[in-house]
Amino acid sequence: MKTLADLKKIREKAQEEMKLRGGSVRVKIVVGMGTSGIAMGAREVMKTFLEEISNRNLTDVLVTQTGEKGLSSMEPVVDVIEDGKPKVTYGNMTPDKVKKVVVEHIVNGRIVSDYVVATGN
Amino acid sequence: MSLKRIDLLICCGSGCLSAGAMKIKERFHEVLQEKGLTNEINIIETGCMGPCDYGPVMVIYPEGIFYKKVTPADVDEIVSEHFIKGRPVSRLMLQDEEENTFSTQKEVPFYQKQVKVALANCGYIDPESIDEYIATGGYEALGTVLTTMSPQDTINVIKESGLRGRGGGGFPTHIKWQMVHDNPGAEKYIICNGDEGDPGAFMDRSLLEGDPHRILEGMMIGAYAIGSNAGFLYIRAEYPLAIKRIKLAISKAKEAGLMGKNIFGTDFCFDAEVRTGAGAFVCGEETALIHSIEGGRGNPTPKPPYPAVQGLWDMPSIVNNVETFGNVPTILLKGAKWFASMGTATSKGTKVFALTGDIRNTGLVEVPMGITLRELIFDVGGGMSGGNKFKAVQLGGPSGGCLTADHLDVHVDYETLKERGAMMGSGGVIVMSDKNCMVNIAKYFMDFCVDESCGKCSPCRIGLKQMLGILERITSGEGKEGDIEELQRLGEAIGKLSLCGLGQTAPNPVLSTIRYFRDEYETHIRDKSCGNKVCLPLMHFNIDKDRCIGCSLCARKCPVTCITGSREEKYTIHQLECVKCGNCQDVCPVKAISRIPGMHPEVTAKRETDAKSTNHHED
Repeated sequence: MKTLADLKKIREKAQEEMKLRGGSVRVKIVVGMGTSGIAMGAREVMKTFLEEISNRNLTDVLVTQTGEKGLSSMEPVVDVIEDGKPKVTYGNMTPDKVKKVVVEHIVNGRIVSDYVVATGN
Repeated sequence: MSLKRIDLLICCGSGCLSAGAMKIKERFHEVLQEKGLTNEINIIETGCMGPCDYGPVMVIYPEGIFYKKVTPADVDEIVSEHFIKGRPVSRLMLQDEEENTFSTQKEVPFYQKQVKVALANCGYIDPESIDEYIATGGYEALGTVLTTMSPQDTINVIKESGLRGRGGGGFPTHIKWQMVHDNPGAEKYIICNGDEGDPGAFMDRSLLEGDPHRILEGMMIGAYAIGSNAGFLYIRAEYPLAIKRIKLAISKAKEAGLMGKNIFGTDFCFDAEVRTGAGAFVCGEETALIHSIEGGRGNPTPKPPYPAVQGLWDMPSIVNNVETFGNVPTILLKGAKWFASMGTATSKGTKVFALTGDIRNTGLVEVPMGITLRELIFDVGGGMSGGNKFKAVQLGGPSGGCLTADHLDVHVDYETLKERGAMMGSGGVIVMSDKNCMVNIAKYFMDFCVDESCGKCSPCRIGLKQMLGILERITSGEGKEGDIEELQRLGEAIGKLSLCGLGQTAPNPVLSTIRYFRDEYETHIRDKSCGNKVCLPLMHFNIDKDRCIGCSLCARKCPVTCITGSREEKYTIHQLECVKCGNCQDVCPVKAISRIPGMHPEVTAKRETDAKSTNHHED
């Protein structure tokens, strides 16, 4: 390391690794992981999100989980929360649907309306 | 590396480690392995998070959920409920007396009045990772200073910030730096004083363990300002984790090119070494510390010459405390004005305190200067433990003094505390409830100082021993009129005549307790009674015959078989043989045994006859 610019590069990379601890994120994906969600395959959905986002090197996306959301008939349920936009809830998710949501919604900003079960807060 | 969804921060400060943090970490590794979650969750060991009383503690991000007193048995539930199902385990969360639950770290009242500058990363980053330190803005101050500022500019910023030494004395940091900067000598040294020795103080240890790179960065900025290329970190051997982490930090900084030759492409070169101290209290005094680094005996020498003129190997040297260096990078990043906006007219910024004693939230805190003792003890510290009443607070360790309930609204800054007979010290705060005997406390600190006196100057070596002798007499029932005045006379003389800070301040706990609790000394001397039933010779145990059920448990547990009786007649303690171990009180199922202040009349009578017969023999 020889300059402040070198330091900045290391800092940005390290901040990326620490973003769960309160860094700035553009999109937050919340997977419902209650008993019924897990029974319907929420673990696989979560794993696929983690893999897809990691593979595409999307640095400003955070994946987290929550408990039962009360939409048992539509599990697995996933919320996509973006700053300044209404929350979008996807239902009946599968690993294939996740891939589509990542490409369309997370990367290109187009909501996949076929899978949407609710919007707003 | 795959994307993680949870950062699990386990506090691995010394407090939580003793409470079993490592076992919990291992259990987490096992359970995550079993459940196939290792790729999704980061386990990070951090430095001290502060609330040591609740250890082992942990924080789980992104939510920032705070768990206390976690055991390895809780790990399964945390993983299956929180990590898999997203349902935080509320029984492990902090609750207050009104049963309000605080789920996240931000909500916990302990953190709310705190302002973290030196401790900003402690408990937030992995202290063994230089990258995490850099992520929080680490080494940016050093880079900026080296590439855009002159040494004099740097000193000016420190001057404007009003930073004063955090080790106890409160000497303005910029004056020391300026003196060495102005010294034309070619070889200069910078020394970090991590010889923290006050009973109940663990600020420096926690900083070195929790954020070692911050200390190195602060030290290098200081080295640049004074024109030094070599530094020593003097840390006591009782702090093995701190030593390990600071050594690791030095090697990582060297690997990254942040220490060594031509740092940031400039002419500035710097190298640091760790020196371990054997644990002598006097080696916290800067001249003694310097002799110890040189390989000599840790004895102080008279000042002047100050280390800034003639220090390590007779070269101009700076000795700064760990916490002082901890503030330096942030001052340069955020500016002197920002730092000076906190605190009082003469004491700027924040101060780290180690809260101990009869207080609910034992632990490590950082608060703005000028906070009142009431806020520090009752808001941040959570008030007294066990429903006891506040009696006194000892600030500044064996060099400091006791303050009372009348001083709770005193603002914590260097000058105000000194005026009241206490001192800021390095930051140890020992809170005492009304169950403490102040004469006994004074004796405890005096005993410590007698042990730690290096013996070089007679006021300290002989005088302190005399004071301890008087205190021992008073607490064993042999006190006499004039003892208090003699203690004051000796204390004042020793304070004036001793060579170094140890002796100069050692009488403070005695003098301040006499000043505020003179009545306790008087009852000990005149009535031969310890009102708080702490001094064993000045209290006795008594069995209440109306409550005693004659179960004989006390008699069976008494190590000197001085309790006799029967179911009908109940039990009696034979006072002359009693060794005051307290076993009988502990085992009594009906709480019929109590501590009574004062000597038992039988004991008093015996002492009088003994005294007469001794006199008789002498005649």
